[in-house]
Amino acid sequence: MSEHALLRVDGLTVGFSTEQGPVRVVEDVSFELKAGHTLGLVGESGCGKSVTAQTIMRLLPSPPSRIDAGRILFDGKDLAAATQREMQKIRGDRIGMVFQEPMTSLNPTLRIGEQIAEPLMLHRGQRRAEADEQVIGVLKQVGIGNAERRLLQYPHELSGGLRQRVMIAMAIICKPKLLIADEPTTALDVTIQAQIMELLKALQKELGLAVLLITHDLGMVAEMCETIAVMYAGRIVETGRTVDVFANPHHPYTYGLLTSSPRRARKGERLPSIPGLVPPPGARGQGCSFAARCPNVLERCRIDAPPLIALGKDAAACWNPVP
Amino acid sequence: MTPLLEARGLSKFFPARDGKGLVRAVNDVSLSLAEGETLGIVGESGCGKSTLARMLMRLIEPSGGKVLFHGEDLLSLSRAAMRQKRRDIQIVFQDPYASLDPRMNIAQIIAEPLDIHGIGSTAERAAKVKDLIALVGLDPASATRYPHEFSGGQRQRIGIARAIALEPRLLVLDEPVSALDVSIQSQILNLLDDLKLRLRLSYVFISHDLSVVQHVSDRVAVMYLGRIVEEGPADAVLGEPKHPYTQALISAIPEIDPTRRKTHVLLPGDPPNPEDVPPGCAFNPRCPIAQEICRRDEPPLRSSGASRARCHFVDEA
Repeated sequence: MSEHALLRVDGLTVGFSTEQGPVRVVEDVSFELKAGHTLGLVGESGCGKSVTAQTIMRLLPSPPSRIDAGRILFDGKDLAAATQREMQKIRGDRIGMVFQEPMTSLNPTLRIGEQIAEPLMLHRGQRRAEADEQVIGVLKQVGIGNAERRLLQYPHELSGGLRQRVMIAMAIICKPKLLIADEPTTALDVTIQAQIMELLKALQKELGLAVLLITHDLGMVAEMCETIAVMYAGRIVETGRTVDVFANPHHPYTYGLLTSSPRRARKGERLPSIPGLVPPPGARGQGCSFAARCPNVLERCRIDAPPLIALGKDAAACWNPVP
Repeated sequence: MTPLLEARGLSKFFPARDGKGLVRAVNDVSLSLAEGETLGIVGESGCGKSTLARMLMRLIEPSGGKVLFHGEDLLSLSRAAMRQKRRDIQIVFQDPYASLDPRMNIAQIIAEPLDIHGIGSTAERAAKVKDLIALVGLDPASATRYPHEFSGGQRQRIGIARAIALEPRLLVLDEPVSALDVSIQSQILNLLDDLKLRLRLSYVFISHDLSVVQHVSDRVAVMYLGRIVEEGPADAVLGEPKHPYTQALISAIPEIDPTRRKTHVLLPGDPPNPEDVPPGCAFNPRCPIAQEICRRDEPPLRSSGASRARCHFVDEA
């Protein structure tokens, strides 16, 4: 493992206590992200990608969630062991966050200017009046024109795209080293998605941000991320450089995801599809969680969960990978 | 040959919230669908595509225009006659959870249209329901289970089974796979493809996802602020788009190929509020090639190659 990793997640295992007893949602997840780099954490609903992101930021209430094992090393400090007080100092300062639905993450009763200034007041001890200049600067940086007027507006007066820009402005105003973006474009229309994606790409370069992008959209990872980690049923099943994984996916799940997209299929032809359903947490059993849907399944897969194994240029958790 | 379905000058106007103006949710839309075809309708939120879909089967009453089904004007039918006609035209919604009664089991949900239309004996209906469950790829044992016990993809199969129970000629599919994960999306798209051939169905397929529409459609109509801005064979509209809006929509989709990162044609701003449509071409404030004329005159749909596009510069576009 590299010493230069800004974020190193090591064996992270997260469970929830439910009425039916404890349930593992994230299992032995490890990855690292170097300063200024981009990592895409992809997977379908329920794969554990958002729980992973929220655990890194320690945003999940405990109980019911619990870190059962693992470390989250950010700049050398283990966030898994940090107190909420310590986390408050880090969130919004050295780690910025952007979520899918800006309307639920922005405070509807506060003017835009006040919300964006909040991190400066909290982390830099600035007074509201001092912050204005910087707030206007950051609004311009995220492509919001007419910044002086926008400062006085409320979230409901803005479109979805503008609200997402406000979220991004709040996330970067303290010049974080790491930006965690959880489905940042999913709730937006196609043409607005493209605007936000270009903005994130530009800011990443300009500010030298490390970006952890959580998404279900493989196209977005292809465009934005140098490395990719594919999650399935709580585990990372394949990881590597994005170009390598896309060119030669080894895990049958990654292969299935890439080929079943209508963007890649030929018109009128049947889409390759992955049969069956993702097993819910608590019903994943022993062995590989993908075994029941896997075209390459072996007897061993049903008994023994494979670890990540180096294969060609990337690594896949599979006993019988796609060559 | 008479088209299966034709919309002529179809409009839906709502009073604006301020009580003064009119919201032209759908504005003078003409479309036609041949038997056995799939017509894709694409556009972003608020463009009027779902309102249009509902008007095609009179779930929303149009403010003007005609809907012809097998040449017969649906808007002239009495309520009772229209109810009969709905046997031929059924709809599948985006969110199967919201459209399935949580208190009914799967067999009851699928049987409901048969009950309402009084089709067959009790035993015949039960047999039919069993066939439908198998046809859409659900486990026969699921007949006595309830919607909440199913995943999104399975619920969409239930919605489809209910929609085809009356052996319709036309299915209106309103964002049928938008709420589903990629691996499930392809299962449902394949199912729809199978059913179309087996049951000789025709589809109106509404979606915001161009790649899905491209995959399933024979013809495509692109909507912007209540208007069709481009229409034609799917390969022409999506392969050689004529309207700058269609071009931008296509350009906005990221490639699933990290070696082919493209520069997106970025449209500035947001789609305007349908209550406050700009004069001239409604797209002009965001259009990269807008000229003076675009701010003044609304362009008509002009033929260009195999398609039609609503742009003053359609040949140069």
